[in-house]
Amino acid sequence: MDSTALVKVENLTRFYQKQCAINQLSFSLGAGEVLGFLGPNGAGKTTTMQIITGNLAPSEGQVSINGFDIIESPRQAKQLIGYLPEHPPVYRDATVDEFLKYCAQLRRLKRAGIATAMAQAKANCGLNDVGHRLIGNLSKGYQQRVGIAQAIIHNPLVVILDEPTIGLDPIQIREIRSLIKTLGEERSVIISSHILSEVQATCDRVLIIREGKLIYNASIESLENQGKELSITVALKQPPGIESLIEIDQVEHVETIDDNRFRLYFNSSSPAESVVKASVEQQWGLYELVPDRASLEDLFIELTRDKPPAGESRESRS
Amino acid sequence: MILTIARREITAMFLSPLAWVILGVVQIILGYVFLAQLDNYFILQPRLLALKNAPGVTDIVIASTFQVAAIILLMIMPLITMRTIAEEKRNKTLTLLISSPLSMTEIVLGKFLGLFLFVFILVSLLMLMPLSLYMGTDLDAGKLFSIYLSMLLLLGSFAAIGLYLSSLTDNQTIAAVSTFGALLMLWIINWLGESVADGQSVMTYLSLLHHYQNMLEGIFDSSDLAYYLILIVTFLVLTIRQLDRERLL
Repeated sequence: MDSTALVKVENLTRFYQKQCAINQLSFSLGAGEVLGFLGPNGAGKTTTMQIITGNLAPSEGQVSINGFDIIESPRQAKQLIGYLPEHPPVYRDATVDEFLKYCAQLRRLKRAGIATAMAQAKANCGLNDVGHRLIGNLSKGYQQRVGIAQAIIHNPLVVILDEPTIGLDPIQIREIRSLIKTLGEERSVIISSHILSEVQATCDRVLIIREGKLIYNASIESLENQGKELSITVALKQPPGIESLIEIDQVEHVETIDDNRFRLYFNSSSPAESVVKASVEQQWGLYELVPDRASLEDLFIELTRDKPPAGESRESRS
Repeated sequence: MILTIARREITAMFLSPLAWVILGVVQIILGYVFLAQLDNYFILQPRLLALKNAPGVTDIVIASTFQVAAIILLMIMPLITMRTIAEEKRNKTLTLLISSPLSMTEIVLGKFLGLFLFVFILVSLLMLMPLSLYMGTDLDAGKLFSIYLSMLLLLGSFAAIGLYLSSLTDNQTIAAVSTFGALLMLWIINWLGESVADGQSVMTYLSLLHHYQNMLEGIFDSSDLAYYLILIVTFLVLTIRQLDRERLL
């Protein structure tokens, strides 16, 4: 673990009565990194986030935010965190503006800076048109946006979002994703999600936990380049026999998907170029060529499948 | 920070109709009681003239009105305190406060101050009734102040007890019922004490009523003041500890 890490989690363990929700969890997060937190229901994602934000006390272990221990100097540590829990903590009887102003005051923003901070947060979360409306009358998606605005209003170094895109429509999801990317440029972001493609699209690094244990911790890039076998899929209008495909340089073996489609496995470098060349020379009529990628989903299922997670959801405990 | 939370608390109270209804209902009932006591006074007045050191209008009308007020507010206060923490727990908005750079002490003091502001408004409105008597007669200002102070202290301790019981649950009804039970118990706890010998037992000392009675009569004893302050501080500390403890569960 490097010393420049913004968030440092060491040997975190948490028991609910006798049940162990997180077991010896350690990881760290640098500035400008977006971390995706994955795991099946009840794996301990929410519990971990609650501990990092000081909403739950750990049974063992330490969490420090930019060097401030969350238990020993909670005020300094919390000042650096913005947290959106599973249920957005919004007051239904307040208007969006009133609520955000209250949040800004709670985070000890200076009086002069509050208006700018509110305008910024509202613009980022697309709340400009609903400032005067009661939060209770807004749709779930808008309430979620207010929840996100609340988490970023004090410009925290670390933003922690627990399933941020839940209840949003596809357009909003895209907006939130780009917001997360923007946030990730100068801040650290931790998001938990069960939508794997979302994590793949927004995060730099993935953590997968199961039954409270960290079972995977790697960057998205290495995940995408990883894969037991490398392959490309080609589609040909006038396919030749399998033999002529195997004869192409680099191709190890060929799998037939249907009459026109084939999956070509290779070892080190992609045979794409040779395939195109051969297709032109022998008029196979190539109309599709897709490099196959190891998807997060495959990995996730592989890692979490072998033993079904014990017990019911811990996520609902708060 | 405490003031920010208190302001939010009092705004939230007045955003719901509950606070208005409570103020209205209490005012109407006590207005009626006040009128009845005043009527009573006019009947008694000829006989009082004959007495030496007769009790004045402050004792008869005002003190007895506030005697009734205490009982009515004992029933009403749980309705005001029940939502303070229980509602935030139910709606999961307590997370907002806990994730903000605030200490538990600031959160609890903010909540209490919000409640106390409401109590202040309530008692100040009630005090307008006795003050109206100034139009026709002279009042004992010292006694009036003692009554005002005792009412504030009494309701302040109701609020502290209610706040604590509200922090124990996420169900407002349970918070209200248990607060009502606790307040009533503290009110009548001296019934047992009175049957014992000289009536100065521990039970009597614990009773909210006993200390309130003294101050209504205009006896300002520092032990009464200490009793209320200790009660308030104790329950605030209990609330802070309760909220801290919940993070461990």
